[in-house]
Amino acid sequence: MTTTNLAATNTAAAARPAARPDTVYFFGTCLVDMLYPEAGLAGMDLLRHAGVHVVFPEGQSCCGQPARNSGYVEEAREVARAQLDAFPSDIPIVVPSGSCAGMMKTHYAHLFEGDPDQPRAIAFAARIHELTAFFVNVLGVKLADKGAPVTVTWHPSCHSLREMGVSEEPKALLRQLANVTLVENKRERECCGFGGTFAVRQAAVSTAMVSDKLASVRETGAGTLLSGDCGCLMNIGGHAEKAGDGIRCRHIAEFLMERCHGG
Amino acid sequence: MAADGGMHAEHGPRFAERAPDALNNPQLRRNFRRAMDGLMAKRAAQFPDPAYWAELRERGAAVKARALAKLPDLLERLESRLTANGVQVHWAETTEEANAIVLGILQQAGARTVIKGKSMVSEEMHLNAHLERHGIEAVESDLGEYIIQLAGETPSHIVMPCIHKNKDEISDLFAEKIPGLERTGDVDELTAAARRVLRERFANADAGISGVNFAVAETGTLVLIENEGNGRLSTTLPPLHIAVTGIEKVVEYLDDIPPLLALLPRSATGQPITTYVNMISGPRKAGEKDGPTAVHLVLLDAGRSRVYQDVELADTLRCIRCAACMNHCPVYTRVGGHTYNAIYPGPIGKILTPQLQGLDAAGDQPHASTLCNACAEVCPVKIPIPDLLVRLRREAVRPTETPATHLPPLYSTVVKDGGAERSWTESLVWAGWRLVYTRPLLYRMVTRALAWGGNWVPADAPLMRDWTKARAKPRFKPRTLHDLARERGYLNEVPK
Ligand code: SF4
Repeated sequence: MTTTNLAATNTAAAARPAARPDTVYFFGTCLVDMLYPEAGLAGMDLLRHAGVHVVFPEGQSCCGQPARNSGYVEEAREVARAQLDAFPSDIPIVVPSGSCAGMMKTHYAHLFEGDPDQPRAIAFAARIHELTAFFVNVLGVKLADKGAPVTVTWHPSCHSLREMGVSEEPKALLRQLANVTLVENKRERECCGFGGTFAVRQAAVSTAMVSDKLASVRETGAGTLLSGDCGCLMNIGGHAEKAGDGIRCRHIAEFLMERCHGG
Repeated sequence: MAADGGMHAEHGPRFAERAPDALNNPQLRRNFRRAMDGLMAKRAAQFPDPAYWAELRERGAAVKARALAKLPDLLERLESRLTANGVQVHWAETTEEANAIVLGILQQAGARTVIKGKSMVSEEMHLNAHLERHGIEAVESDLGEYIIQLAGETPSHIVMPCIHKNKDEISDLFAEKIPGLERTGDVDELTAAARRVLRERFANADAGISGVNFAVAETGTLVLIENEGNGRLSTTLPPLHIAVTGIEKVVEYLDDIPPLLALLPRSATGQPITTYVNMISGPRKAGEKDGPTAVHLVLLDAGRSRVYQDVELADTLRCIRCAACMNHCPVYTRVGGHTYNAIYPGPIGKILTPQLQGLDAAGDQPHASTLCNACAEVCPVKIPIPDLLVRLRREAVRPTETPATHLPPLYSTVVKDGGAERSWTESLVWAGWRLVYTRPLLYRMVTRALAWGGNWVPADAPLMRDWTKARAKPRFKPRTLHDLARERGYLNEVPK
């Protein structure tokens, strides 16, 4: 047993490229690809506006997390291997999801244990960046708000917080926007109850969690909830829609793009 | 998908089936929410400096990891030191054996009444019931344990066993069960009533039984921490003291204790230290005025050495039972301890129970988690609980076979009842998923097909139904990000 093999508690420190990169890869994630493509596109457009060339490899699919979390580790590894192949150049890989980024950054080394591709997986993991952290820590973007006054609240995904160690960056971006008031919700750090198949396997517990989350969002009085993870958005947004209480749940990239560059 | 909601005939309803009872009990929900919020705030106040916390837990994890790395050796050293100190050491492979040992010691001493300090291992053994069947009355002396014993319940939390009850419920219980007590809502009066009953038990008990927090191999010292003084009374007042503990509680040096003591109460209850820190090193010596004349230690395996065999899963044994993981668990907070239907609830239980009892009995437990990592974030000995949950999910569907090098092979799978959750449909789903997600062209075809027709899946289709009960259906967009990226002129490859 080791005390060094502690991937779960690693908050991966951003491996920062020495210089500001002029080209990055974008890993859209499968959920964004099919259900929230506009969020992914906004993320890419924001990077482009920040003066970075964006490459979107068509061979990409999924980080492998759904299978890993279900215990189908071999399947997860093969899908992960396909991603290693799809992003061959040694440039940063920017991901509009803390959860998928966390999977790649903190779990790939273990996933490929004993596999000849492990060194490649480790190198790949070191290139992973969560989108908002990349804007703040690597690009140092300055945003100019062109939108009307609005109040928003923030939901960080558990993996963005506790695997990627991203907590203040997205809020710092929002605070750059002159007409945006950010009201933090009381249960900000608490899981929304998504958890992939958990939402279905443990439907009752998941529902209790998401309704508590929505209640704490409601308490802020904000009409918009922003997040950097579409799994959470699908869960909280889906619950808000079903409850019919009009709270808009959106990916932060889409929101920033709309405010600063008119969509 | 494996039918988590289904009944396993032998084991009764599973977690997902039990959860609604707790979820639909607003009083229980409030009790847990309030208690866990308080505990989280108190713990946070104990570790204001993240650098100090990181360093301290690193030390705590290292102490336990070192002890486990030398476990067989340390257990031998512990036994010989304890023996030299006059403590009689007993080994129990199963809880039945442990019960028989304890009963034997008590019967030999002619003991009829026992006063007990808090011990989760004795819960694991169902010791009280065993003793009762043999005409020995064991009374719990920890206030929380006393309350649930009166109520005929089991602990719902490993540090605060009656945390599921509020004051009113306890008032009713005491009025009903303690002869001559008028119903009172006054906490001091309630505590005083329990104290009156228990004092008398202490004075008359033939034996005391306690748990152990840490057993020091170097010196043969049993460390026992507590807040009420009942642990000290149970281990010093009666003429006979029997301590029961798991084999993983051993640490190497006395010097290993301070970092663990700096972590345990702060993580558990947000206290800088407990009111009592008992260090027991043997029975009363000649010329001493108090203390038991005989001290026994029962070291219980009950599946732990099997856990120990796997290098990754063995991290489970670092646990110091502080309960921080359950205090911070968003699932535990919602459903409380009884929903787990196990001795150890919450995150630690979700990794421990399936390993001790097997994946047939508890293979659904590792799935009762969103893998949110709140537990791993606060665990003072850095147990990577979410990783172990994933590992156990895997063992439940695709078990690691025990290496053939084991002669003779003790078990066929590393985790007891490995493969108990295997499901053909589920493995087919993942095989198909792998096929599609590793072939870019196929992936694009399938995602396009979903973009075109995915929204026709009815809201009440299997699985979808569980989602849509509380949420709107996810909506596939007419064009995927792959499509949009190409349309907007994003390159597919890095230009040479
Ligand atoms: S797993 Fe960690 S946090 Fe949970 S009880 Fe054990 S030591 Fe405490």
